[in-house]
Amino acid sequence: MTTTVHPTGTDSPRPSSGRRSPLSAIAHLRELPVLLALVALILVTWLINPLFLAPQGVKDILLNATIVIILAAGQAIVIITRNVDLSVGSILGLVAFGTGSLFVAVPGIPIIVVILAGMLFGAVLGAINGLLVTLAKVPALVITLGTLYIFRGLNNAWAGGTQFFADDRPQEFGNLSVDTVLGFPLITLIAIVVVVIVAVFMSGTRSGRDLYAIGSDPDAARVFGVPVTRRVLFAFVTNGVLAGLAGVLYTSRFNSVGATTGTGLELDVVAAAVVGGVAIFGGSGSVIGAALGALLLTTITGALTAVRVDKFWQQAIVGLLILAAIVIDRIAAVRTARRLRVSESRDV
Amino acid sequence: MELFANRAKRPGVRRVVSAAALIAAVALVATGCASGGSTGGSSGGGGGGDQTITFIPKQLNNPYTDVVLGGGKDGAKAAGFSKSQVVGPLDASASSQVSFINAETQAGTNVIVIAANDPDAVCSSLKEARDGGAKIVAFDSDTNPKCRDIFISQVVAKDVALIQTKLISEQIGGSGEIAILSATANATNQNEWIKYMEEDLKANYPNIKLVSTVYGDDDDTKSFQEAQGLLQAYPDLKGIISPTTVGIAATARYLSTSEYKGKVALTGLGLPNEMRPFVKDGTVTAFALWDPAQLGYVAAFAGKALADGDITGKKGDKFKAGDLGERTVGEGGTVIVGPPTTFTTDNIDDYDF
Repeated sequence: MTTTVHPTGTDSPRPSSGRRSPLSAIAHLRELPVLLALVALILVTWLINPLFLAPQGVKDILLNATIVIILAAGQAIVIITRNVDLSVGSILGLVAFGTGSLFVAVPGIPIIVVILAGMLFGAVLGAINGLLVTLAKVPALVITLGTLYIFRGLNNAWAGGTQFFADDRPQEFGNLSVDTVLGFPLITLIAIVVVVIVAVFMSGTRSGRDLYAIGSDPDAARVFGVPVTRRVLFAFVTNGVLAGLAGVLYTSRFNSVGATTGTGLELDVVAAAVVGGVAIFGGSGSVIGAALGALLLTTITGALTAVRVDKFWQQAIVGLLILAAIVIDRIAAVRTARRLRVSESRDV
Repeated sequence: MELFANRAKRPGVRRVVSAAALIAAVALVATGCASGGSTGGSSGGGGGGDQTITFIPKQLNNPYTDVVLGGGKDGAKAAGFSKSQVVGPLDASASSQVSFINAETQAGTNVIVIAANDPDAVCSSLKEARDGGAKIVAFDSDTNPKCRDIFISQVVAKDVALIQTKLISEQIGGSGEIAILSATANATNQNEWIKYMEEDLKANYPNIKLVSTVYGDDDDTKSFQEAQGLLQAYPDLKGIISPTTVGIAATARYLSTSEYKGKVALTGLGLPNEMRPFVKDGTVTAFALWDPAQLGYVAAFAGKALADGDITGKKGDKFKAGDLGERTVGEGGTVIVGPPTTFTTDNIDDYDF
């Protein structure tokens, strides 16, 4: 975000702040490529099919992106600590079905209570992931692959063939994803607020910066006195809370929730984070970037449909973007390393 | 492995935690699978010449399938099977049914009733089952005819197609652009209906233009976004036909929450319980379906007649389907259950499935 010019010798935890002018700082933003791609994509699609930016079209783009934006923001926190959470699709499914059940079990329950309950439920599931990862010391990839199936299995056992439909829920709840303020659907506004809060936390607080330190080098972070276990657990719980929120909002937006809700979502979410400039090995990237990545990927799908491109190409293009993001990341890393070597030798 | 070796602090605690986690994981997976894998199994010893029947739907936990299987369970009981059970995959992919068929072959099940996700992918394992003496009844979605004894079809495929083209024509006033939102691109029943719809449109509705056929894979989210994409890509679209219960419900949800509500017509095959709110709020005026429970019911009786050797599945064979009366095997070993029903705001409250 804001990158200030520091006088020589000032210690800054921020990796992006070297001796650079504000203009070049913007040019080196990790989020820049994805932002440019997004703008270009929207412009080109709009030129071909003007309906794409009609009020209904904009609303659809935002609604499509909302759920993935929230999930990608949570995933970014976890990936930054050099972990990953593959179980988010299953967490979303469980919370979504729980939300449907809650509205049926307790008629007239206030919507805010349902949202909080969903986030709490997500926190519990996230804590299970976090505890397994930090206590059992098994890589998160394996643990969350396991919980992906466990949570899905629970969902199947719990839901069976039962589905809850939009009709089972109060009209005001469904309206969260229908009503707009200044063209923004309400659930999208919720997502934006969430992303801003998390972004401020990640860049502006001590514990937020600790997560980057852990992701850069867990052992060094531990030596330095960062409470690694607690922070990683916290990252997983936060991700769980956000997945829970996404689950509740999913229920508001879509018609049915059941045993298979959210299946396969985890790969979209990880892809969104990576495309948005979050390094898969941790330590760098931002929540804003991940959110933009989510917006870009969901917009591509919508855009290609709007200009009538075959489904096959949509997937291929998403794959190309992931590869491009990794190449850009690699180039950036090499350049940063070289610059650091130069500046350090000069400072001696 | 490396992580384990490097961080050897408090090994005892760690090992206990890992073990506990592992046990919990196994237990949870087991419970999940158990209740996902065999719903509606009625107990009863399969010993001594008793006949067993197993239903393999396209996908478990699908509301439509549940109604079909409910009828199947009743039919199996009424027909005199000693044991009926349901096994099947949780995802409707082409190859996911194979392992379940193999397991039934090994268990020596007498009758396997299957709704194929892919007509050919299940063939070789069904052949093994037949070699082992099992009778194969296809229902809902046919396998390759060479791989089964008999096929129980909801309705005449052509009738299903014609009722949908008729409904859409009525709703859009006989002219304009329409699109089809189907399930998976290789579903036998969907493709047969779509083929008949295309023929019917060409022959009888010259002013209606089918502009696109898209696939929502019977996934709520995906169908929703496909519907959205259709309306954006084809601004003059007048109507959508969705011959699948998941697709029509998802499309209805999208239409009812967008500016297209009441402007773009929607019809197809839906479950009355799922579609009720959309019929009431005016998003959908009419859609069709048969009674899914009868499908399972007739399939069970057909299986019994095959297993008893009363019929072989050739044209002209007759068997009694309990309360539904006698059925005759038609062309290609196909048995028709009944005509489709049209649901509108006037009659939808009379149905509960």
